[in-house]
Amino acid sequence: MPPILQGEKVSKNFDGVQALVEVDLTIEAGEIFGLIGPNGAGKTTFFNVVTGMDVASSGRITLGSQEITKRKPYAITKLGVARTFQNIRLFHQMTVLQNAMIGQHCRSECGLVRSTFRTPGQRREEGVIREKALKALDFVGLAGLADHRADSLPYGEQRRLEIARALATEPTLLLLDEPAAGMNPQETRRLMALIDRIRASGLTIFLIEHDMKVVMGICDRIMVLNFGQKIAEGSPGQIQKDPRVIEAYLGVED
Amino acid sequence: MEAYLAHMLIIIGIYAVITMGQNIILGYTGLFGIAQAAFYGIGAYTSAILALKLGLPFWVGLPAGALAAGLFGWLLGLATMRLGGDYFCIATLGFVVIVQQVLLNWEALTRGAFGLPDIPRPSLWGFSFDTRLSYCLLVWVLVAVLGLLMRNVADSRLGRAFMAIRDNETAALGMGINTFLVKVIAVSLGAVYAGVGGVLYAHYTTYIDPSSFSVMETIIVLCMAVLGGMGSISGSILGAAALIFAPELLRLVGVTGSLSIYRQLLYGIILVAAILTRPRGIMGMAEFRFQALFKGGPWIREI
Repeated sequence: MPPILQGEKVSKNFDGVQALVEVDLTIEAGEIFGLIGPNGAGKTTFFNVVTGMDVASSGRITLGSQEITKRKPYAITKLGVARTFQNIRLFHQMTVLQNAMIGQHCRSECGLVRSTFRTPGQRREEGVIREKALKALDFVGLAGLADHRADSLPYGEQRRLEIARALATEPTLLLLDEPAAGMNPQETRRLMALIDRIRASGLTIFLIEHDMKVVMGICDRIMVLNFGQKIAEGSPGQIQKDPRVIEAYLGVED
Repeated sequence: MEAYLAHMLIIIGIYAVITMGQNIILGYTGLFGIAQAAFYGIGAYTSAILALKLGLPFWVGLPAGALAAGLFGWLLGLATMRLGGDYFCIATLGFVVIVQQVLLNWEALTRGAFGLPDIPRPSLWGFSFDTRLSYCLLVWVLVAVLGLLMRNVADSRLGRAFMAIRDNETAALGMGINTFLVKVIAVSLGAVYAGVGGVLYAHYTTYIDPSSFSVMETIIVLCMAVLGGMGSISGSILGAAALIFAPELLRLVGVTGSLSIYRQLLYGIILVAAILTRPRGIMGMAEFRFQALFKGGPWIREI
């Protein structure tokens, strides 16, 4: 089976600032793969390039057997890549359920005419969308809050809603951008259990995180970026002992 | 007295439809597009010209005017959607100016400043809508139908896509929505509503000229949407009613004189007051629950 995600010499330039420098990456299906590095290392930029929100300056990105380097973001989502955002990006004036239903946008097709006139086919499709959205909410434990406005939720639940919304797109690869940020230890433990359940349901997970307990606790393999370059890759045990990683985070002793 | 009231209700109904269109563009999708007066004019002139030059009845002019407006909405959307927020707004305003200039100068088609008189009232199986009361009924049936269709869109996949773009366009893109296409659809759909308003206007006043389709008109529609509730169907009706009645109330209190000057002053004050005190308008995104009339329960449905 081909690796689910492959990056070959992926580079990204922003007006002279080299955000990513020839990064190679292979993620196997069913893995929980971690991406760590100091602030500004290029981690979110890498996510943006994989999901099509930024276009790679050079290099190739392949999803399964398909090249996705120059594809539009909505096409990549449809191919099975979903993400959450570092700064929570919920649809704040919409309800929890509506947020999750947006996830089903790429899995449904009724457009202007069928929506305006509420054809029987459209009503059926809406029923399916609603059902799948509720399932995603149930998976993360938010089904009871379906009709609440998204911005009325406490922080931890907002993060879980973002995950539910991403799950509702029926992805094969889930990108989580600092899902544990701002969480207390109990919420963090709950999050780690959720990520395990997501992997157990058949998804592959690509995770950016600063909380080392989370990273070392659940990742199968980890890649470390610094100044846009890959400086280390391996198992949690290997990464913890790698001198280059230690130097990147803590500096070198004089 | 009934004639006066019927006249007021007709005008309110026409503006309500145009404001619904504005709400689809701004209230649902968050686009600061303000070209409704141009689409209103395109609808009016399309139907009038089809009636006067080709003898086609109102019932052909109505969909034709709506679709013509929608087509121009589509084209304007395609042309301007890559512009950043402020520039997009100015470009849509520019479109109003362009359309008005075309209507003024393409005299072979529109008779320019002389306008198009003798636009026929609609008739159906021998019955002619030539009284104020009958036309009022026609207008409000269309208001109800278009309101219902707008609600269908709001509760659908497309409506959710509109609102997702408004609330967080980046996330909408990440969730698989083709944001460019959906935004153009929003402008086009809003234009269709304005086109319907235009057709109703042309066949009511039976005379149209380019001066009615001005920048001021488009700002009035914007005020109605902002005041009534951005993203509310009932709010569109409320906003239209409020801003049509307001100058009439001023007149009753004895403030006469150049109506247009006082109207402009009034609308400016209302707009600023609304934005300062209640930025999402009177209704915000809530709707009247018409079921409350029959089955009881709360009058207003918040989201």
